[in-house]
Amino acid sequence: MNARLLPYVLILPVTLFLCLFFLYPFLLVSKQAFSTGAGFTLDNFREVTGYWKFPITMRNTLLLAAAVVPIQLALALLMATMVNRMKKGRDLVLYVWTIPLGISDLAAGIIWLAIFEQSGFLNSMMSGLGLVDKPVNLLTFQNPGIVFLAIMLAEIWRATAIMLVILVAGIGLIPKEYYEAAEVFGASPWKRFLRITLPLLRPSLQTALVLRVILAFEIFAVVAALGGTLFPVLMGETYAYQFDLLNSGAAAALALIILAISIAFTLIILRVLRVPKGATI
Amino acid sequence: MAQIEIKNVAKRFGTYQALHDINLTIQDQEFMVLLGASGCGKTTLLRIIAGLETATTGEVSIGGRRVDHLAPKDRGIAMVFQNYAVFPHLTVFENIGFGLRMQKLPNDEVKDRVERTAELMHIEQLLKRYSGELSGGQRQRVAVARALAMEPDVILMDEPLSNLDALLRMEMRAELKGVLATSNTTAIYVTHDQVEAMSMADRISVMHQGEIVQAASPIEVYRNPAAEFVAGFIGNPPMNFLPAAPAGDGKWTVAGQVMDGPRSGKPLKFAIRPEDMRPADEGLTATAKVVEPLGAHLLITCEVQGSMFRAVLDSDMSVNPGDQLTLAPQPDRMRWFDPDTTLAVA
Ligand SMILES: Nc1ncnc2c1ncn2[C@@H]1O[C@H](COP(=O)(O)OP(=O)(O)OP(=O)(O)O)[C@@H](O)[C@H]1O
Ligand SMILES: [Mg+2]
Repeated sequence: MNARLLPYVLILPVTLFLCLFFLYPFLLVSKQAFSTGAGFTLDNFREVTGYWKFPITMRNTLLLAAAVVPIQLALALLMATMVNRMKKGRDLVLYVWTIPLGISDLAAGIIWLAIFEQSGFLNSMMSGLGLVDKPVNLLTFQNPGIVFLAIMLAEIWRATAIMLVILVAGIGLIPKEYYEAAEVFGASPWKRFLRITLPLLRPSLQTALVLRVILAFEIFAVVAALGGTLFPVLMGETYAYQFDLLNSGAAAALALIILAISIAFTLIILRVLRVPKGATI
Repeated sequence: MAQIEIKNVAKRFGTYQALHDINLTIQDQEFMVLLGASGCGKTTLLRIIAGLETATTGEVSIGGRRVDHLAPKDRGIAMVFQNYAVFPHLTVFENIGFGLRMQKLPNDEVKDRVERTAELMHIEQLLKRYSGELSGGQRQRVAVARALAMEPDVILMDEPLSNLDALLRMEMRAELKGVLATSNTTAIYVTHDQVEAMSMADRISVMHQGEIVQAASPIEVYRNPAAEFVAGFIGNPPMNFLPAAPAGDGKWTVAGQVMDGPRSGKPLKFAIRPEDMRPADEGLTATAKVVEPLGAHLLITCEVQGSMFRAVLDSDMSVNPGDQLTLAPQPDRMRWFDPDTTLAVA
């Protein structure tokens, strides 16, 4: 076998698989998005962006991502640093922290609904402590802040671990001698984190952030469970177009808009966190 | 003033005793070389002085101040790491300036000192590069420059020249020694290269299996090794050993030859450096096995009463394998060792 051809032959099965189950449906969706029956058109895009709910769903989705991702990043970094310092029980702690990863997003939404709803844990606790006379409904249109907070909490609880595992692996790859050199040359623990850990973690940060940001724009089930129609997001609208309004052209257009946002943010993250040539570990 | 005092320092990793009861005083501005074979504990001792490792027992003082409980940065030291530890995400400039930035020196002073030390180490043309774009030797020089730029009281160097080619190493050796001599720095320099040790050191500490066997000036270590290990480790080729049987009253029989030696009742080992042998009419009878012309000298590996024996003779001599030689040891260069304690006997 020609050594130059071999790599291509080896990736051929995966490529075929992806073409069949990703590229082909993607093309179908694109075709749907850009047509209303006869020829190329932008009507579908005009329809979804012109709808009065679109700015709200867009704002909600971006707001949620902006609120959740930075907190998750900070938490994941803190947790990864702590895990990395542990000598004993490290694996156990990591397993416990990653348990939420094994739960589907709808189930996670329902768990948090059980906490926040009128007959939920939070209400029982508050009335038990005498803070409220009778159980109150927290997740209503009168309390948009609490709805938002509940969704944030559920998302943070559910999806911080995905960043954590990536960052733990990345931190483990940084040789210990860099920390020793930094220590000898006068860097405090905080400075070592800023000047050694963060820059050397850039490849892992890229992966973790790209993954997490894309997931944040795809948020659906958690919001549906906790907010219902109180907090419309892009993915929820896509679902509504497809299954409630039976307008698959509009659904496809909205899906493509979400894809475009994801790609744009991915490019920004890759660009901001890029590692100069020759500066890798 | 940065005198370093190491008192009863021992280090154990689990059940493995890496250092046994080290006692050593390094004078202010002295250039001390730690010399020893791989795995003898040189790096471990250096790391204990730096504060990167805690001694199991014992004390370390720098400049008359106990430093055992101090963080590395508060000990007034800079260090060159054995595997360089040049930060990959910083340019050479920022690497050299790392410690200065941590001290929050103004920008122009950082620039000034970085450029000065870079010039000293001949890497001024590399300042904009990342460590991934450097050769091993260049990286090593960045590591040395980073330590020198700190202008520390004490500089700890762990095999800082091991990756340079022979010529550059010789050049850097002289230069580093010159730089440190003018900078009033106390230096501890780890190496397993004895030529480096001999040429640079004010004093050499020879280490063996976690102990310091001898700490003395290079010439003293070379001429009067305190133990058999030092005699066999220092010098290329190392000292020759032959069994010596007492012949009474300070006389010894070595390979059938009677010689003057110390007064002792039990058998000793006779030792002599290869270059301290002269062809003579009377002396040890040797059969040449291998003859290696080395330019200025002739290295002859021969056999003396069943033991291997090396002699360095003038290259004018013509010796062929199989020749019988009569070699006389220079009387004032003969040394004696106790085979039980392996220590020198005067
Ligand atoms: N962290 C550690 N845990 C266990 N054993 C260690 C550790 N560090 C060093 N050792 C052991 O201690 C001994 C001394 O190691 P050290 O690194 O000081 O040797 P060295 O003299 O610097 O050798 P080299 O010339 O190869 O660098 C070695 O046998 C090594 O295996
Ligand atoms: Mg070492």
